[in-house]
Amino acid sequence: MNEIRHHLTDALLLSYAAGTLPEAFSLVVATHVSMCDECRARMESFEAVGGSVLDEAEAVAISEESLEATMAMIDALPVARQPANVSGPNAVFPSPLQSYVGGDLEAVKWRSIGGGVRQAVLDTSGAAKVRLLAIPGGAAMPDHGHRGLELTMVLQGAFKDEDDRFSRGDVEVANEDLHHTPIAEEGMDCICLAATDAPLKFRGVIPRIAQRFIGI
Amino acid sequence: MSMDIAIERQGGIGGTLSYGEPAAIAAARGKERVSVMTDTANEDWVALVERVRVAQDRAAFSQLFRHFAPRVKAFLMKSGANESLAEECMQDVMATLWTKAHMFDPSRASVSTWVFTIARNRKIDLLRRQRRPEPEDLAWGPEAEPDQHDVLALQQESKKLAEAISALPEKQRELIERAYFGDLSHSEIAEETGLPLGTIKSRLRLALERLRHAMK
Repeated sequence: MNEIRHHLTDALLLSYAAGTLPEAFSLVVATHVSMCDECRARMESFEAVGGSVLDEAEAVAISEESLEATMAMIDALPVARQPANVSGPNAVFPSPLQSYVGGDLEAVKWRSIGGGVRQAVLDTSGAAKVRLLAIPGGAAMPDHGHRGLELTMVLQGAFKDEDDRFSRGDVEVANEDLHHTPIAEEGMDCICLAATDAPLKFRGVIPRIAQRFIGI
Repeated sequence: MSMDIAIERQGGIGGTLSYGEPAAIAAARGKERVSVMTDTANEDWVALVERVRVAQDRAAFSQLFRHFAPRVKAFLMKSGANESLAEECMQDVMATLWTKAHMFDPSRASVSTWVFTIARNRKIDLLRRQRRPEPEDLAWGPEAEPDQHDVLALQQESKKLAEAISALPEKQRELIERAYFGDLSHSEIAEETGLPLGTIKSRLRLALERLRHAMK
């Protein structure tokens, strides 16, 4: 496996395990966990906490017919097993992302947003948004700060900012305090999955005007 | 558990806490119900799920049902479902336990944890009406059966974790519950500390490594 150096925070993994994380962020978490055993083990430990919370829950009365109704439901279900939720060996996108895109990388419906950068907004409910970004090698994303939480996960290529390098599988967790200028490494397009819970805050007039049209 | 056992022996004589089947229905279901109703005090949930998986054992299922159904329903009600929605959703969760018994991996989760994840997913589908992005499956290969040592160790770690959580100060335990019932904000969760996760996390990490190895 590719060595992943930038991981998810405990807070994100706990909210995901508890089922309280907005869908856009959940997609990034599920995509990262698909590739990262370290975070999968942490996620599963938070699920184990959920298991004991469930066990400790004070049992409430259930309907007298519950068991029979459930057995009837089971008898009526088709026996067909669901296919395993796995992506192919050479897939760029892990299966949770593929299910939102409707396929692997070649299925993405890109839209140019200027400067050679392309994006595809994925359909999720709630206020948080998630998109795929393709940044040509050597190109920079507009210099921006963040108003809320932003997760950026690399799926292909790599980017660097002032502090660090992020390559396939890595996640950058950014908040209000981080102002940075990510630059895609030379070579192939850098493809990222980015979730935000507030619009990005671009510095400089031109990007601010552009933002109204391109919706990032 | 003792009250449940008594009721089971009497074969469902009414009252809200009775989930035993009337003898006539049991008989009508035929020979699959021959397995003896033993004392549920052993609480060997893993073995019961195994019986559901390999033998579609309805008696084993009804033991699991008696323990988990009232707790799943409580969990759903605490997460905001009204009584009838929680009942319906709970039956659905318990039916999933039957149909997905082949997906349960006892070297990576206790039965409580597994049931919790099913309930959490249904909560998101039904109560929040959102899609739930799931990480890729790490499915067992044709050759790979869970290592019995791993199963035992993980089940013991889960038990220890549950004990450690119930030994936490009341205030902290409440906070954890609230995180899982969905009424803590993201930033409040970020401040959440003191979960005794160390050993189970390394145990899960090890189980994942072995699984990866077995899949090669």
